[in-house]
Amino acid sequence: MQYLSVHNARILAVLAVFWLLLSGHFTALLLMLGAVSVLLVIWLIRRMDRVDGEPVRVWPTFGLAGYLLWLLWSVIKANVDLALRVWNPKLPIRPVWDRLDTSVETPVEKTLYANSITLTPGTLTTDVHEDHFMIHAVSQEGLDELREGEMERRVRKLGL
Amino acid sequence: MSLLELTSTACLVVGGALCLTGGVGLLRMPDFFSRVHAAGLTETIAAPLLLIGLMLQMDWSLDLFKVLMILVLILATNPTATHAMAKAALHGGHQPRLGDLSNPSEQDGHAEEDSSSKA
Amino acid sequence: MALGAAILAVMVTMVLALIRAFEGPSAYDRMLAANLFGTKTVLLIALGGYMLDWHSFLDIALLYALVNFVSTIAVMRFFEYRDMSQGPGDDGGAS
Repeated sequence: MQYLSVHNARILAVLAVFWLLLSGHFTALLLMLGAVSVLLVIWLIRRMDRVDGEPVRVWPTFGLAGYLLWLLWSVIKANVDLALRVWNPKLPIRPVWDRLDTSVETPVEKTLYANSITLTPGTLTTDVHEDHFMIHAVSQEGLDELREGEMERRVRKLGL
Repeated sequence: MSLLELTSTACLVVGGALCLTGGVGLLRMPDFFSRVHAAGLTETIAAPLLLIGLMLQMDWSLDLFKVLMILVLILATNPTATHAMAKAALHGGHQPRLGDLSNPSEQDGHAEEDSSSKA
Repeated sequence: MALGAAILAVMVTMVLALIRAFEGPSAYDRMLAANLFGTKTVLLIALGGYMLDWHSFLDIALLYALVNFVSTIAVMRFFEYRDMSQGPGDDGGAS
């Protein structure tokens, strides 16, 4: 309790840089205000860690960056599909709402996977359960693509 | 016109067009859950394109970083907000309409939709 | 020029979102439209502020994005558990 862990020190450094980038002023008063708010946030984080019980730490890695790039690409593809669906009355709008069985286990993987599905337009996670998600998709194809499981493989490969 | 300006113009124009697409989709889609998808369209692609177009026009300064922060913030909060809305709608007894909804004349107000708007 | 066109597109989208917000039909549709309106406001502040050369407009846009997110979450929490007979653990809608 009385000492700062390595984890806290890293967050402190990130927050300090963040403050400097956002403020851009280097007068004594503003630097002092920055120090106070950074320390306040650290104090709050330490309190929250105690309640949380099993803190999960995710640090940016190359694997994560690669995954985000791949996610960006699939988001763009899904957006083009959805934009065509909006403008072209001939393309059908046939929403489906069904369960998607998943084998992701850890909370971080689940969070990442569910959020990735929601972020991709055309598919939406409405509920997260132990071994399956409820997915609402604007077309059957979107759901089928998820069932093929490329996104899931990529999430699992990160090993979070 | 330099390459930078050209890229910026392309980003702004395409972003604006996709933004409109999302707005039209919001009006055209038949039920709440499909509208969520249309709203996601404007937030996941139109907003980043517009902000990137803006970044390409700006001078090199701290403001660039702030635009990037806005971009990251929008992309990071969008799934959470979307999921919160979908889950609240489901728990509020709002069932998704399934099947072929392409025909706009099918649009009828559900009894449950009317009751939930009286809050 | 392109900046002006983008601002116009954002403003038209805001009008479309407002139409959806007024039309409903459910409270969730209205909130979805309001959330979209908020995001578009952020874009409008960022683009318009740059075009009109406002002072520190990006801080306002950043703040607006934060407030928009928190307000959406808060309102949706309210609607989710408005019916108090249904606790947080209930899985009301799933079939």
